[in-house]
Amino acid sequence: MVALNINGRVYDVDADPEMPLLWAIRDRLNMTGTKFGCGRALCGACTVHIDGEAARSCSIMVGTVAGKQITTIEGVTGKVADAVRGAWQKLDVVQCGYCQSGQIMNAITLLSGNSKPTDADIDLSMEGNICRCGTYVRIRAAIHEAAKALT
Amino acid sequence: MTASRRTFLKGASALAASTFLLGTYLPLGRTARAQHGAAPAASFDPNVFLKIDADNVVTLISKYFEMGQGVTTGLATLVAEELDADWTMMRYAFAPNNVQLYNNLVFGPVMATGGSTSMVGSFDQMRQVGAAARAMLVAAAAARWGVPAGTITVANGILSHAAAGKRATLGAFATDAMRLPVPAQVSLKDPKDWKLIGTTVPRLDSDGKTTGTTLFALDVRRPGAVTAVLQRPTRFGATVASVDASAAKQVAGVLDVLQVPQGVAVIAKDTWSAIRGRAALKVRWDTSRAENRSSAAIFDEYRQMMSGSGLSAQKRGDAAAKLAGAARTYEAEFTFPYLAHTPMEPLNATMELKPDGAEIWSGCQLQSIDEHVAAHVLGLTPDRIKINTLHGGGSFGRRGNPTGDLIGELAAITKAYGGRAPVHLVWTREDDVKGGFYRAMVVHRVKVGLDAGGNIAGWDHRIATKSIFTGTPFEPMAVKNNLDASSVEGVVDSAYELSDFDVRCFNVTSPIPVLWLRSVGHSHAAHVMESTIDELAHLAGKDPIDFRAALLSGKPRDLAVLNLAKERSGWGASLPEGRGRGVAYHVSFGTRICMVADVTVWPTRVKVDRIVAVVDCGVAINPDIVKAQVEGAIGFTLSSALRNQITLRDGEVEQSNFDDYEPTRMREMPQVEVHIVKSLERPSGIGEPGVAPVAPAIANAIFAATGKRLRSLPLGGGTRA
Amino acid sequence: MMSRIPLKGWLLVLGLLAVGWVGPGLTQSTPPQPANGPSAGLAAWDGIAKVLQHPRCLNCHQVDTPLQGDSRRPHIPNVVRGTDNHGVVGMRCSNCHNETGNNPTSGVPGAPHWQLAPTSMQWQGLSSGDLCRALKDPERNGKRSLDDLVHHMGLEGDPLVLWAWTPGAGREAIPISHPAFIDLLKTWARGGGPCPQ
Repeated sequence: MVALNINGRVYDVDADPEMPLLWAIRDRLNMTGTKFGCGRALCGACTVHIDGEAARSCSIMVGTVAGKQITTIEGVTGKVADAVRGAWQKLDVVQCGYCQSGQIMNAITLLSGNSKPTDADIDLSMEGNICRCGTYVRIRAAIHEAAKALT
Repeated sequence: MTASRRTFLKGASALAASTFLLGTYLPLGRTARAQHGAAPAASFDPNVFLKIDADNVVTLISKYFEMGQGVTTGLATLVAEELDADWTMMRYAFAPNNVQLYNNLVFGPVMATGGSTSMVGSFDQMRQVGAAARAMLVAAAAARWGVPAGTITVANGILSHAAAGKRATLGAFATDAMRLPVPAQVSLKDPKDWKLIGTTVPRLDSDGKTTGTTLFALDVRRPGAVTAVLQRPTRFGATVASVDASAAKQVAGVLDVLQVPQGVAVIAKDTWSAIRGRAALKVRWDTSRAENRSSAAIFDEYRQMMSGSGLSAQKRGDAAAKLAGAARTYEAEFTFPYLAHTPMEPLNATMELKPDGAEIWSGCQLQSIDEHVAAHVLGLTPDRIKINTLHGGGSFGRRGNPTGDLIGELAAITKAYGGRAPVHLVWTREDDVKGGFYRAMVVHRVKVGLDAGGNIAGWDHRIATKSIFTGTPFEPMAVKNNLDASSVEGVVDSAYELSDFDVRCFNVTSPIPVLWLRSVGHSHAAHVMESTIDELAHLAGKDPIDFRAALLSGKPRDLAVLNLAKERSGWGASLPEGRGRGVAYHVSFGTRICMVADVTVWPTRVKVDRIVAVVDCGVAINPDIVKAQVEGAIGFTLSSALRNQITLRDGEVEQSNFDDYEPTRMREMPQVEVHIVKSLERPSGIGEPGVAPVAPAIANAIFAATGKRLRSLPLGGGTRA
Repeated sequence: MMSRIPLKGWLLVLGLLAVGWVGPGLTQSTPPQPANGPSAGLAAWDGIAKVLQHPRCLNCHQVDTPLQGDSRRPHIPNVVRGTDNHGVVGMRCSNCHNETGNNPTSGVPGAPHWQLAPTSMQWQGLSSGDLCRALKDPERNGKRSLDDLVHHMGLEGDPLVLWAWTPGAGREAIPISHPAFIDLLKTWARGGGPCPQ
């Protein structure tokens, strides 16, 4: 049994400590907003927050996160989250949408740590999130838009 | 567009008559479906294309699959325009599999999304649906208010009659309206009266996709469902020789191991257990009939074939004679590797056996294929297969497979599991990269003459590739006399005036399954045509845009696109050392696109700094989605232009995941400007056309910067150095 | 930093090392006789340099971006040092690398405080002699004496160093055993830490 604190609630999950957090969230707890894209921490579709920092849940094992605060796209709230979602919707960033949970989670981390990111900052911080539909032009614009809304 | 008044019975195919009749049962009826008791009393529910609830919510029933291209927003725009609905009350849902109701009017009879045909095929149909519903609601209001229908106005979802002081929402008359006859004829708005078409309304799928609530196939959770992963052959064409499942069955969570025709399936209680169980499988493969060669040897086979005579794909004038008399000739070979689609959501689907048939949950692009494949495997008739279409986490063609590979596997596994539980078959990313159904390997060879004045004098073009359509249910549509139109598209139908033109095609046979990938044949043809034209312009000492314009004389739409690109890109301005600007123009799926790329070139690296795109796709139903599709096509294509390739070593695919098949990342994305030519011509495709000019525009820019001509894809230089 | 390492993670690392201890690494090498003096130390250094220049060590002793795998390719996705050697916001080492150890499912390696070595410990491209001088220079080695270095790389030292002997599937471990490496370090230290030219 592993106790996982997700979105402010503690779940006792019967899982091997080596099980990637992604599968505990998706298959054991049926929270499906966090996506499986590559399974090897290469694409960022599975991004959640662990103690506020972005993390690739396909690579973080449940045995690593006992006692930590995990937040998923379903539970992320607050000023920054609202600004990011608002910007994403205002600019109609999404296409297929599959990567966008991860993009949004990562953008929230970025803006929480850097309220005025430059294009170069965005390149480095969003490097781990692949969008196969190629919505990068709008992701970048939406991050700037959210930063503006937060000031 | 001038014919704003269209009759209902004028459609694109024989089945059209039945499909655009709003809310009627077949055979042709004159009453809304809800009158037969299928819908709750309080809603206007034709249950075909449109549902209007008493709370004024208008739901578009999409016969097309949403994979990000914005089709649900586009269809809803067409309906809402004629219905005069309130956009904020528009919603969408996916239609059940029913080819009679949801036929693709462009290439049916088939329920299918693809070929950038959705707006083309439903521009009239969806507007007629909206107009018919509006007429019925107005008639209902007229009856209730005791006023002539012609005196009622509708705007923003509100019916009103100023003189009588009456106002009501569309929903208020939903119940009344569904008891009325469906009008036999409706008038459509004059384009000058459009309020939604041509403006940017917000996407309908934005909210769900920014909150994690949109349901993809991978998110389906059926009670008691088990997860399956399938061990497929490591070489294409191999079969199972023997299986040792003992270790796999010991893995915690593994429930069963089943051999099916496609390989060996591991069934487990969750995805991770299934993946771990599969890793413990020991399978020996019989590779005696498999592809055991490496990519270089396969290319050599192509080249050998191309010295033969092949199939004639296009013949105008006398290319050979012109070439013989040309002042100079240009000759080149272009090679293209296999490409994987790698949509972000790996392939997956769920199947549940029921007493009366089977139910599927899938990001389904070809419902008519999948229902037949499932029925065939399960020994049922297709009408016993119910498909729930879900959002697709990308597709780029991969979720629409004429062989129905995913559903065939799923049905075989579900059947082998004996209906003990619903089965969710999940592909991992490695399965996806190694799993075949690639954009085919292709070799083009061109030989072009130039006369003393630098004009084209004879064009001989040879293309070797494997046919996508041969052997599939779509063969009769696309293959004539062994020639697959998709193998040579983008060349034989070039927009340029090429008077002495000889195109031959060489059909390669191979156990490696191939499939259309976003823009299909244009994904390679445009690169060959536009690189070649660019080289010819250079040889002729002419400006690349002027040289193209001369070949497009008498084609005002094409010239307008080219000229606007010239104007908006700053064409002709000098660039600093190490930077270059290149152009490419291509027509595909009825849409004209010109791209001008700016690049910076270092010794080991290329950065695409900016792409200016100009597009004419007829009426831009939602200009912002048109822009998004072009922006996205650039991001999608950039990595295959620069670095992506699927290669074989002794028959085994060398790539496995996003490290060795790495899509474009944020830092690589150029600035993009998209300019849309204002047009009232009928809409043409937009999901795919943006792909075609990307690679040649970049290659031509690299040439401008360095004088070095890179012909084959990938161009290279896509790595970090 | 160390205080945050869960006990379980330590036990895992130590347990794996213990398995390695009785493995071929030790049986192949005769326990070296205590040797003293600069010449023995210099001979030992050659063996040490081979370890420090192995991809398991060198891949993260880089300027700004780590390398990956036995092929030493640039890290995919691209990551950079940031202000604390742990990356930048949104792309920190711990976003993927588990402090509790390697992830056999994702193949991502892990150990406590996974990070790029500090800039002063940038070893890429150094000759054996320059590497040696960098290693023992307190200004560049984290203010460590020779004995401190032996301890740092020993069983009770830095678990991130020890990881190089249990790097997980698909990555070559340091080719000599950890005890043999420590013996070389001790010999080198006893000889005064001599460096080749």
